[in-house]
Amino acid sequence: MIERLKWHHFVGLLGLAIVVAGTWIGLFVAPAERHMGDVMRIMYVHVPSAWSALLCFTFVFVAAVASLWTSRKRWDAYMTGGIEVGCVLTALLLVQGSIWARATWGVWWDWDVRLTTSLVMLLLFCGVLALRSFIEEANRRATWSAIAAIVAFVDVPLVYFCVRWWRSLHQIQSSPETVNSAMVLPLRLNAVAFLLIAIWMIAIRARIELARLQAEDAPEPEPLAIEER
Amino acid sequence: MSTLHPGAAPATTTAATSGAPAPDDPAARSTTSFFATMLTQTLIVLRKDLLLEWRSRSRLVSVVLFGVVTLLLFSFAVGPDVRALREGTAGFLVLALLLSSTLGLAESFRLEQEQDAVEGLLLLPIEPVALFYGKALGNTIFLSLLAPILIPVALVLYSVEPAWSDFLRLFGLWLLTAAGLSAPGTLYSAMTSQLRSQDVLLPLLLFPLVVPVLLGAVKALDLVLTGDAMGQLGSWTIMLLAFNLIYWSLCGIVFPRAIEAS
Repeated sequence: MIERLKWHHFVGLLGLAIVVAGTWIGLFVAPAERHMGDVMRIMYVHVPSAWSALLCFTFVFVAAVASLWTSRKRWDAYMTGGIEVGCVLTALLLVQGSIWARATWGVWWDWDVRLTTSLVMLLLFCGVLALRSFIEEANRRATWSAIAAIVAFVDVPLVYFCVRWWRSLHQIQSSPETVNSAMVLPLRLNAVAFLLIAIWMIAIRARIELARLQAEDAPEPEPLAIEER
Repeated sequence: MSTLHPGAAPATTTAATSGAPAPDDPAARSTTSFFATMLTQTLIVLRKDLLLEWRSRSRLVSVVLFGVVTLLLFSFAVGPDVRALREGTAGFLVLALLLSSTLGLAESFRLEQEQDAVEGLLLLPIEPVALFYGKALGNTIFLSLLAPILIPVALVLYSVEPAWSDFLRLFGLWLLTAAGLSAPGTLYSAMTSQLRSQDVLLPLLLFPLVVPVLLGAVKALDLVLTGDAMGQLGSWTIMLLAFNLIYWSLCGIVFPRAIEAS
């Protein structure tokens, strides 16, 4: 059993264990925020989702450049895995943020620069996945989706820095100096956990994608001859 | 790259004999010669596209008509509220340009797919980068040609009366917006022109990418049309320029790989 477990499963299981611990501390040990109350606890999953999503798309950029540079299928598979996991995390980020916004801002959505650039980032990378699904030839699919991913990455630094560059309803990045120390621990635990789980999922998805790409390259099986009696 | 496009060396020779300045330093001479070659090749591609467009003019006419119909539809959607129409003029203009651009951009590479003309283009002694910049410049000029029709139509339909001096600024901003749409639009058009769902994929890829250009263009045009009391026009124009710089550089870098795989 142990031999059959790959390294990424250990990473994933470790991530799941840490996320349970981080969420427990966030829900039951850390104090409620003075003004927002318990609704602030959504930050313990919202912020790690955001960090992991941005890291996923940064990894996608690296994998896309490597895929263009080396033309190796492995990088194409990693890029695909990274885009899919990044999109899931960004969708989670937007849903969590929307729930929090309803409770604190009074609206589900606001056309704030951080929210808008995050939604655009999700749409851009979903567009790359859509492009992939329409291209049948493997080399062309790898090249074009890598190019589309590199162009889409232009939005990622914008998502991070927009709250500093423009006036935004969304708060700027916090630091441990601006957050109560009891709140920092669950935030850090969940950030590490989300990252480990994202690595786990990317690895699994990349293995599946690689197997699919290899199956595409495999020669067509010979049709079975029907024996005549 | 050079194996696919064997004309790089002869093209350099052509530029050297085309009257480009020849500094004494060999490295500087080589750089100058390279840029002169690129410029010459870009202008050749641009001339070819403009000539083709001028001979038929069907794409320009249909896209202009589409833009006018779009502006008309916006006024129906908002209703006869003149104030609301006036306030939304900048947004309607930019949306009309965006929607019209997808038709124009899609056509720019569809022509090259007919009878595998793109194969012939790649066999010519022209660098793929020059092909991109020629095509993108052609698309920018094409979209800029919508301005003399769409801007007056919008001003009449939505009852906006800017000062005569504002028309130059309106056209300048239109040109920047058209350029911002053309660079990624040309890249994506090259990639999607061979796919069965180009009509879906091109807007799907292009629209989210050009959101910053749209935001900058809408705000800047609105400031020109309704007045710029806070002096914000400069910062929105700089934002448009910055995105143009990013898209024109990045798309030019990756285009050779995109066209190579086609």
